[in-house]
Amino acid sequence: MTAPPTIAMQTMQRARRARRGVTARITVPLVVIGLFIVGAVVVPMLYDFDPLHTELLFRLQPPGTTLPDGSYAVFGTDQVGQDLFAQMMMGARVSLTVGVSTLLVAGVFGVLLGLLAGHFGGWVDNVLMRVADVQLAFPAILLAILLASVLGPSLWNVIVVISITNWVVFARVTRSQVLSLRTREYVEAARTLGASHAHIIFRTLLPGCVAPILVVATVEFGHVVLLEAALSFLGVGVPLGIPSLGTTINNGTAYLGTAWWISTLPGIALAILVLATGILGDALRDRFDPKLRSA
Amino acid sequence: MTATLPTVADADELLLRVDDLQVEFSTSAGIVRALDGVSFDVRAGETVAILGESGSGKSVTAQAIMALLPQPAGSIVGGEIRYQGFDLASAPTSKVRELCATEIAMIFQDPLSSLNPVFRVGWQIAEVFRRRRGTPKQEAWAKALELLKRVGIPDAETRIRDYPHQFSGGQRQRIMIAMAIALEPKLLIGDEPTTALDVTVQKQVMDLLADLQAETGMGMILISHDLGVVADVADRAAIMYAGRIVETGEIREVYDHPAHPYTQGLLNSIPSNVSIGQRLVPIEGSPPNLLALPSGCAFNPRCPFAVDVCRSVVPPLRQPEGWPAGHLAACHRSEEVLSHD
Amino acid sequence: MTDSSSALLSVEHLKVSYPIRSSILLRKIGEKLAVSDVNFEIGRGETVGLVGESGSGKSTIARTIIGLVPAAGGTVRFEGHDITQLSLRQMKDMRRDMQMVFQDPYASLNPRLTVRDIIAEAWRVHRGIVPREKWTGEAKALMERVGLNPDYSDRYPHQFSGGQRQRIGIARALALRPKLIICDEAVSALDVSVQAQVLNLLEDLQADLGLSYLFISHDLSVIEHLCDRVLVLNKGVVVEEGTAQQLFENPQDPYTRALLAAVPVVRPWLEEKP
Repeated sequence: MTAPPTIAMQTMQRARRARRGVTARITVPLVVIGLFIVGAVVVPMLYDFDPLHTELLFRLQPPGTTLPDGSYAVFGTDQVGQDLFAQMMMGARVSLTVGVSTLLVAGVFGVLLGLLAGHFGGWVDNVLMRVADVQLAFPAILLAILLASVLGPSLWNVIVVISITNWVVFARVTRSQVLSLRTREYVEAARTLGASHAHIIFRTLLPGCVAPILVVATVEFGHVVLLEAALSFLGVGVPLGIPSLGTTINNGTAYLGTAWWISTLPGIALAILVLATGILGDALRDRFDPKLRSA
Repeated sequence: MTATLPTVADADELLLRVDDLQVEFSTSAGIVRALDGVSFDVRAGETVAILGESGSGKSVTAQAIMALLPQPAGSIVGGEIRYQGFDLASAPTSKVRELCATEIAMIFQDPLSSLNPVFRVGWQIAEVFRRRRGTPKQEAWAKALELLKRVGIPDAETRIRDYPHQFSGGQRQRIMIAMAIALEPKLLIGDEPTTALDVTVQKQVMDLLADLQAETGMGMILISHDLGVVADVADRAAIMYAGRIVETGEIREVYDHPAHPYTQGLLNSIPSNVSIGQRLVPIEGSPPNLLALPSGCAFNPRCPFAVDVCRSVVPPLRQPEGWPAGHLAACHRSEEVLSHD
Repeated sequence: MTDSSSALLSVEHLKVSYPIRSSILLRKIGEKLAVSDVNFEIGRGETVGLVGESGSGKSTIARTIIGLVPAAGGTVRFEGHDITQLSLRQMKDMRRDMQMVFQDPYASLNPRLTVRDIIAEAWRVHRGIVPREKWTGEAKALMERVGLNPDYSDRYPHQFSGGQRQRIGIARALALRPKLIICDEAVSALDVSVQAQVLNLLEDLQADLGLSYLFISHDLSVIEHLCDRVLVLNKGVVVEEGTAQQLFENPQDPYTRALLAAVPVVRPWLEEKP
């Protein structure tokens, strides 16, 4: 019964959307994250890093020292003589691997549950959401520590643990998007055609959820990386052989007064990575839907 | 019973003169000329209906008058809007806003989004008096009650304390009208005021507006896409297409003897205007794309009367030869269109 | 005109209600009756109109017939079979014979699919009607039939105007070659000039394909123009029924009369009594 939106109003909306387009808030974080990825992939290959190698003669050298064997320690060395820069890049590799893998695992699992809860509603929705509520009642880090100490240290276990603590936000966001889409007439049209549940869930509803899921994924990446670093810092994350930014920070705590760079520089790198993903997530959210809020 | 509202304007006083108004919107796809030289008058006591479809610019006209154009995209780039001699188009927004609600009032299509859901309706109406006139609280509430009764809300004494969601759509629209006429405006603009209402309620609200106008002598501008809903109430009509007025005149003249092919086409597209069993004769083609208007007359691709001059020269709004003054059409071939009735 | 011995669609004592649920445990604590005791028939090639204001239940009836909303009582027979009792699989077959055109041209098409995919979705869901390699060709043919340029088959809905989108919706409804199309306020959101085009299209399609229509609208003048028989609904109950002519020339029920009196007439001065 309402008059159709005027063309003027439509062009106005298009103008608003376009002006929020590819801004610095999207390009700069992307560049930063890109640099991290390049560093994480390339640097360890160049440096021939062996995590168990010690060179006690070179230990605790400040950033910018040229070591006796000719190499240049741009970020200094740690307490066992390892080059800090190489170690940080290895740590970045771990962070990125854990980050992406967790997003995939938690994302797929969470999105699937969110789709089912939103589409079927009723008791399915109730049960799933109560499970999510119960899980959210546990502080994430305590849950992670509990699971990690039970499962033991390994890269895979870290991914599993963090996925368990993080699937809920994907489920919630997907479910709320599905709830808003399912009353749209094009979803009803698919039902009128006689589409099966699978068709409606995966071909009609899921494509409409991609935008908010992408936004959430970007922000969650930062959380995941931080959580992994925290777990490693506490000693319940990645095993001893693998250098994570968290373990490096932990190793440096004993030398904060003397060799401050061992803890500080990885910490700064971590902060920059998380900040970049956070800003990117915000910018994407603004771009796609200013009314969107995370679960 | 209910006190009659004092007459606010001398009959026939010229209230509003819009002269060659031009509005543009800046969009990512380019500059859209939403209004391309719109001119019309409104006098006290008369109702002018501005009619058109999507993209015609009818709502933009109202927004331009009330300084409600969406910022920063929309702006008035030419022309004048003279309210009792004072040009609103070049006045600062603060001055225009001051005039609005006191001298010029507007009612919108969707009362649910215009009324604040968390305040009682009595409070909202009383607020108008308290803020604009400094009326003390008791008196403001009394006036609010009087207004609610005037617009026909039953049990006004009890209902004045209710919230907007407790009223039906038609009643909410009446409340909005009450708020609009509270300060006795000289000019009331209604932007699709009845579009979202059920048909029986539409008629009631239109009758209410007509009554209020008869009582107060205010001028009214009614914007609509529905030619029928304004037919009882309006004195004059202006038909808009692609940002221009293409026909204007007394409403009976325009509806009985359309001088522009678009008006004629519209009248032939309305089922209630066509005899039963007869097929509708729709206007061919699609509504105009304001970003890519054809050269010459914007209607020419869809016009059964189009000839070469129509594709190159924009027709001015003129009086067709031999027809009464006041009935104007923007068509090179008005005379032929009129003889086709 | 109608084959009275076997009506295409027959609705008997239809009752539809919405449950009122408590918010915490979602237990049903009451019922809101949306439609009660509605009876009507639609014959082949016939157009039946349901008219009423908001809350009259007309959209609910449409959704119940098409299976989107369950019926609380009564029967809906399509070609003799009671579809309120069908299993999900049997209902799917019934969908081929009955389709719907929706009101909102901006929300009724999946924004992420091309026009071709929107139309072909019908054949994706019902395999075997049109072989996959013919989907594009058939979709283009349908586009032409509803007055759209077939070269635009790989465009997205937002690139079309409201009237064109409604045509796409009609093409989608025709894809399974149904016998009955339910138009749920299908022209209400369109501009007047576009509305006329779509109404003509619907009439032409009916003449060409022998379709039956259940036309739902709040706009009496459109109903009068298009429909053979009309039912007037008020708060879920049929208050009057008859041919279009009967109803508009000689309305019996006071609600019908009030509704008719309120219809905006474009030139009311022509009907002024001296």
